[in-house]
Amino acid sequence: MAVTNEAISFSPVLHDFIAEWKEKPGNLIMILHKVQEEFGFIPRAAADKVAEMIDVPLAKIYGVITFYHFFKLEKPGTHNIQVCLGTACYMKGGSNLIDELQNLLGIAVNEATADGKFSIEGVRCVGCCGLAPVLVIGDEVFGKVTKDQLPGIIAGLSD
Amino acid sequence: MITLTIDKTTIQVAKGTSVLDAAKQAGVDIPTLCRHEDLTPLGTCGMCMVDIDGFKDLQRACITEAVEGMQVQTNTPQLRKLRRGLLELVLATHPDDCLQCIKHGSCELQKLADRFEIRTLRYDKYTRGLPLDRTAAGIVRDMNKCIGCGRCVSVCHEVQSVKAIDFMGRGSDTIISPGYGVSMGSSVCVNCGQCIVYCPTGALYEKEMIDEVWEALDDPKKVVVAQVAPAVRVALGEEFGMAPGSLVIGKIYSALRSLGIDYIFDTNFSADLTILEEGTELLERLSSGGTLPLITSCSPGWIKFGETYYPELLDHVSTCKSPQQMLGTIIKTYFAKTHTIDPENIVSLSIMPCTAKKFEAARPEMNDSGYQDVDYVLTTRELARMIRQAGLQFKSIQEENPDPVLSQYTGAATIFGASGGVMEAAIRSAYELKTQKTLGSLDFTDLRGIEGIKKASVDIEGTEVRVAVSNGLSNARKLLNIVAEAKERGEMPFHFIEIMACRGGCIGGGGQPLENTLAKRAQRIEGLYAEDKNLPIRKSHENAEVLGLYKEFLQKPGSEISHHLLHTHYTAR
Amino acid sequence: MNQTDLFLRFKNLSPNIDDYLNENGYSGLRTALTLTSAQIIEKIEKARLLGRGGAGFPTAIKWKASTGKTPSYIVCNADEGEPGTFKDRFIMTHSPHMMIEGMVIAAYAVKATKGYIYIRGEYPEIASNLENSLLEAEQRGYLGKNITKDFSFSIEIIKGGGSYVVGDETALLNSLMGNRGIPWNKPPFPAEKGLWEQPTYINNVETLACVSLILQYGSDWFRSIGTPESPGPKLYCISGKVQSPGVYEAPMGSTVRDLISLAGGVIGTLKAIQIGGTAGPIYPSEALDFHLDFKSMSSKGGILGSGAIVVMNTDTSMAEVLEVEMRFFAEESCGKCFPCRYGTRQLSFMANNIVLGKGKRDFLELMEETADIMKGSSFCPFGKSVEMPVKSVLNNFSGELHALIRQNDYIREVQI
Repeated sequence: MAVTNEAISFSPVLHDFIAEWKEKPGNLIMILHKVQEEFGFIPRAAADKVAEMIDVPLAKIYGVITFYHFFKLEKPGTHNIQVCLGTACYMKGGSNLIDELQNLLGIAVNEATADGKFSIEGVRCVGCCGLAPVLVIGDEVFGKVTKDQLPGIIAGLSD
Repeated sequence: MITLTIDKTTIQVAKGTSVLDAAKQAGVDIPTLCRHEDLTPLGTCGMCMVDIDGFKDLQRACITEAVEGMQVQTNTPQLRKLRRGLLELVLATHPDDCLQCIKHGSCELQKLADRFEIRTLRYDKYTRGLPLDRTAAGIVRDMNKCIGCGRCVSVCHEVQSVKAIDFMGRGSDTIISPGYGVSMGSSVCVNCGQCIVYCPTGALYEKEMIDEVWEALDDPKKVVVAQVAPAVRVALGEEFGMAPGSLVIGKIYSALRSLGIDYIFDTNFSADLTILEEGTELLERLSSGGTLPLITSCSPGWIKFGETYYPELLDHVSTCKSPQQMLGTIIKTYFAKTHTIDPENIVSLSIMPCTAKKFEAARPEMNDSGYQDVDYVLTTRELARMIRQAGLQFKSIQEENPDPVLSQYTGAATIFGASGGVMEAAIRSAYELKTQKTLGSLDFTDLRGIEGIKKASVDIEGTEVRVAVSNGLSNARKLLNIVAEAKERGEMPFHFIEIMACRGGCIGGGGQPLENTLAKRAQRIEGLYAEDKNLPIRKSHENAEVLGLYKEFLQKPGSEISHHLLHTHYTAR
Repeated sequence: MNQTDLFLRFKNLSPNIDDYLNENGYSGLRTALTLTSAQIIEKIEKARLLGRGGAGFPTAIKWKASTGKTPSYIVCNADEGEPGTFKDRFIMTHSPHMMIEGMVIAAYAVKATKGYIYIRGEYPEIASNLENSLLEAEQRGYLGKNITKDFSFSIEIIKGGGSYVVGDETALLNSLMGNRGIPWNKPPFPAEKGLWEQPTYINNVETLACVSLILQYGSDWFRSIGTPESPGPKLYCISGKVQSPGVYEAPMGSTVRDLISLAGGVIGTLKAIQIGGTAGPIYPSEALDFHLDFKSMSSKGGILGSGAIVVMNTDTSMAEVLEVEMRFFAEESCGKCFPCRYGTRQLSFMANNIVLGKGKRDFLELMEETADIMKGSSFCPFGKSVEMPVKSVLNNFSGELHALIRQNDYIREVQI
């Protein structure tokens, strides 16, 4: 049904997950989470494949992917540095952190470095306002971050 | 009944009526950009806000049900300010090229901007600079002009169940699209053009071929041959101020001749031809235990839909080409031969109520004549534009006749334009050809009208033939699901099914005059049945020109040459 | 029982079920299982529990709509997306069982068979810890099959995709059903037709935790805390320019001043306070004496909302705050209705230009008018709520905005 540009293969884990969720109503978002876990983003071919596997129109899948901030259509860096831009973080200098990160890494927001290692993303409130300003990298939350700490944080990620 | 007051008028309306519709009955036209009488209310635009006693907030008239004793204000200073403000917000995102826009004069946004006297814009203008999507065969999308009302999504999902497009992104970046990076042409879109029908602005329109047609007309080497579909003759008049359903076929022949078309034929002729081919196919399948139910194949929107969503049922679909393609093939073979014209020099043009016909004509297998069988498809709206460009006074133009040999038609052919018409025409002929008896009444009223799914059964000499008719692809889906499920159980609920992609049939096609509402579709349907009633011959197998064509060229229905020229195949997508 | 320690007592305990059981945990459920639906709802009604998600709707009224139609669902709204709000995160991190117990009680009261916890996609570690908590509850027989002879109830965790509007209950249900998180028009209310057209009851994390407390300690006890109209304990989130930002617990009706002093006081000189989240008004310092409960706040033309308090000092530029908030609204609008889709964009655009020194004289009037259009015609509370922050900044801090615009206009005149 869907036009597949390139072949893409899903891991057995992802296959099983989709098979398990296939019959559950409202499965789409959970499946997309799992796809993104596997690829780091949702490639076109993966969206085509999901459309086919769970029999949902491709347009709807893209409608959902593009509605939610969490889902990505481009591959982020290995270390995606999320900078909170909620009101509290903003007041404590969140946007300065973004500026400094762009300087340090030489990339713009939502871009990845040429080696694919880093990317920067501005995100809405991550619910850590007590620690403002906050960076989130992977599962780790860095609180009360100052500009001076950024080179150290980046160096810590490099290995 | 419910009694309520709209401004100063107290009226009674049926229970379940929205405040917006109640106001209409009270003579008040509450503005809206998203509500359409044929579609589920969407509540997106906010233009229809009204002030209702007892409610803290203003309410959307389109999604608020009228209740007993309601007091509604529709024209307060606050509401006027609100509506103007909303229009200003929308216009700030809308391109200013109204003069070049295909919808200039018929655009709902433009009309409201004028009605509310938006003369200046205080907001800074921003437009999105998105590229035109011209990849679909019949539909052009200009998302810069999209106001995101959602009617197209609603019709594509709910009425057609094609689900080619949806809302993408969010906030002010919300856009309607087939998907991230997916073009309309590579999507599951079937080109039915119902999105065009309901679009309030110039965001969706037919892919025009007017320039190409003028060019062919201006080329002395080219012989331009035209055919006119059944549904066009009861709709084109609307473009010139005539009532929906007015039969204007004689004026159309005349206008085409004035435009410089060399030979004028009628798709109704090949509709009769289709009945003979398809009727024969049905009788054959019935008698030889072939795949049943047989499903009609005239509607190209349905064909692509079937290829996409029901590949397992494709052997049920009649192998007959549509009337447009049958006539196209005959023109470049039989007609070319008998008139000693090199088919190379023939430009075959069809006037259709349909945007999907543009897709059909361009299908790679539609070249059995050795050439592309139909070169250009113009919609009813495009023909109207050509007539206006030529300065023809359509309303007062003298009626003329078409050219002979490929234009005679019966009442059975003309009702092809209405849902149920193909079925009725087929039954008229199948009955008489099978039984060799004359039908008492030719009117199968159970099959007529705009209802989504219609069923009937016909007794042909003791054999009960069960038939079903659907219009609107979501109804086709319902019907096909019944067939597919029955098939799994080894049952066959119907012998013969007619499917038309658009609500009401071809008269409601995506190429028909705008303001193509269900109410107008019903009037056009009446126009077709009135013509059927008045025609001297009402059965396809009595069409003398069709019989002549068999005698001189095709031999008999279902012959080898017929199969070669008039039949086709389908591909799962 | 220390009445300002009902949530905070768990801060130094583990989230494990044993620690919760030691704190009287699940005694509320055990009590509930001896009562009828009506008796439980009566207890909640008597306690006057108002929903803690933001709207302050009486929980008992929501539950009373139950018709016994099955299947029906309980949804725990854990999509905590309000900037400056992190109280649900606190509960789910430190006392997840308090929320789970409340959910099971709710299910028993409305005869629901299945529950969903809709949690922010941004809280992945909390989601996986919650899975563990659900397992614990099931092992102890508080959840799953046969909690009693004829009551079974299971809970599934669903991760959200990141959308603020999904905090609205109908948008949340659309999201749970795998759709774009856009709101629908009520009626039908979720309690009549919610998930897959079935009755659905949606409660916030803190509300459900309060349900546990009411069943554990009684309605009268609950009413003894807080104000008569808005009783009970409340978690407040204090962030911005205070010495010790964080989650604080205090009875409903405490003053802003009380909370700020709990957070160690203001850093520098107080300038403005935003109460209730991004959709709340931004007040000048007189808000220090406001009482933080639903009724008092609405009498001040504001909202208690999620209980978020963002403190700003004289270093904070109000134009910049307005810009950040308008950008937030523009990015988070679901895009369904025109006023919100286009209004947030223009507001964000104008606020941005004011900050950049490109503001025009008519911007303030136009911003106010835009906010009015949005309040008058937005489809859901999200769009309507933009009016509060916009108008409050325009009213309370107009001098500052005017100065920025005047400067620009002056420069323009000189250039001419």
